[in-house]
Amino acid sequence: MNFKFTEENLNRIQKEINKYPVKKPAVMAALYVGQEQNGYISDEVIKEVAGLLEMTLEEVLGVVTFYTMYHQKQMGKYHIQVCTNVSCMLRGGYEIWDQVKNKLGINNLEVSEDHNFSLEEVECMGSCGTAPMIAVNEDYYENLNKEKVEEILESLSKTN
Amino acid sequence: MEKIVLPDIENFHQIDVYLSNDGYKSVKKAFGQTTDEIIDQVKKSGLRGRGGAAFSAGLKWSFMPKTTDKPKYLCVNGDESEPGSFKDREIFEHNPHQLIEGTLITCYAIGAKVAYIYIRGEYHKWIKLMQKAIDAAYEKGYVGEKMKETFGTDFYCDIYIHKGAGAYICGEESALMNSLEGQRGYPRIKPPFPAHNGLWGNPTTINNVETIANVPKIIEKGWQWFAAIGEPKHPGTLLFGVSGHVNKPGIYELPSGTLLTDIIYKYAGGIPGDKKILCVIPGGSSMPPLRGDQLEGVKMDAESLKEAGSAIGTGGIMVMDEDTDLVKVLARITKFYHHESCGLCTPCREGTGWMEKVINRILNGEGSTNDLDLLISIANNIEGNTICALGEAAAWPVRYMIARFRDYFEERVNKKITIPVKNKVHSMRHTAFPLPDITK
Repeated sequence: MNFKFTEENLNRIQKEINKYPVKKPAVMAALYVGQEQNGYISDEVIKEVAGLLEMTLEEVLGVVTFYTMYHQKQMGKYHIQVCTNVSCMLRGGYEIWDQVKNKLGINNLEVSEDHNFSLEEVECMGSCGTAPMIAVNEDYYENLNKEKVEEILESLSKTN
Repeated sequence: MEKIVLPDIENFHQIDVYLSNDGYKSVKKAFGQTTDEIIDQVKKSGLRGRGGAAFSAGLKWSFMPKTTDKPKYLCVNGDESEPGSFKDREIFEHNPHQLIEGTLITCYAIGAKVAYIYIRGEYHKWIKLMQKAIDAAYEKGYVGEKMKETFGTDFYCDIYIHKGAGAYICGEESALMNSLEGQRGYPRIKPPFPAHNGLWGNPTTINNVETIANVPKIIEKGWQWFAAIGEPKHPGTLLFGVSGHVNKPGIYELPSGTLLTDIIYKYAGGIPGDKKILCVIPGGSSMPPLRGDQLEGVKMDAESLKEAGSAIGTGGIMVMDEDTDLVKVLARITKFYHHESCGLCTPCREGTGWMEKVINRILNGEGSTNDLDLLISIANNIEGNTICALGEAAAWPVRYMIARFRDYFEERVNKKITIPVKNKVHSMRHTAFPLPDITK
């Protein structure tokens, strides 16, 4: 499977490159764009990014594997992230983790069969004052309880 | 009490509202002074870093070389990944322009033409809000080349956001620079220090978001005004983030030196069900925890907390009531540091994993008293033996949780094995906070 950035995305990456005196720092942004366009970071995405930013494949792969927000496999349409760190845990983070896990029938970093959901146990998301929380893709849902989580998951299942 | 960083003004995040409240006047005032004068004022104001180390901001700026042909850089650290810390996002959301203004003044003071605001990747919403504010400031000519016209000076600088991608370690200043350069976020050995050899080998200053957001008010109202707020040795207001078992968790901006018990009971509304407090971590998960009976009279500033046997960290106060399972809490903390250790230094990479395994053994009811000494021994072998402070951050909660709750933990282990750990003596060596003698 070949991967090429779209014209629009190339412009977005160029805008990122312009922020820095050299090209390399744009790798993090370029990988985000690649992940968005391709769904996940495949070897082809890495190749394309490396070529674009004049980096070696190893350097780009090193960045991909270092950060938790880059995924090397296709995640679900809704990537559910549940925080279980101390502040959330004290307010029921693990109950919510179990609830989501049972409801979706998948484990940490697994994808549901219909590819609609994936699940990740994340470290502190900076939502300690509004704990417990989950994040769906880029959006935070805070001050949760079991009923609210149920509601969120239900509404996501319906919008599929 | 006047608030410095998060004033109670409606729609303060909008540039027009900010301008009508004397916004961008401090930066104009700053341009009328020499860079030395500004650094001197910030030094005298006593402003200390809000990111954890509480280092003098003015002193840090003064390390930047004056005579150099190299470009200089400012990094504003908004990686904010410490569990229990959630203050910077409030600034991004409610007072972005004061942060921009502080960034401009700092850039001018240290001679930087470019500033990068490093924001953690999970903060999609706050990155967008911050970018919107920066765009508005560019449009009005307060940032970028148009500054020359707006302020009538030769100086101008650009501000860019660099989005992280989920790594706690990138909050460490040298790891942040590596991440910003497009590499894995490994910390760098110091020296050389960033002021001489930072981004791309150029002089660089790294400050926390909250630190920078304080700068405009110091310039506007004078260092004497700032130095008179709160505790003289750590003046100003601090953003205390209260989380865990309290009725009203959230961010409270209060003068430094406010009593910890006041913050918990007066501002955060006390403990649900009027339960007793078992444990409080006063500065984010990596700071030494305090026992519930140690809280009386503890003031929240760097020096007082040091005396009380902990540290101010990022001011993230985590409160745990009497029904909390501390073994579980400690297990979760060690899990976090094991996950976030970058793997560069062996003591941290291996040690955090061992600690997680041992504490989980205790959690599963298979622990022995020996394991408690073993945990402290591992922690002591991490502390001070790593390139960056993540080693300390991982070691402190383990050491102090067990030392201060020894009885609690001994009750949770069912096997009383007392074979002495060979290097128990390590627990006696000098560390940042003296540890009670557990060998007696």
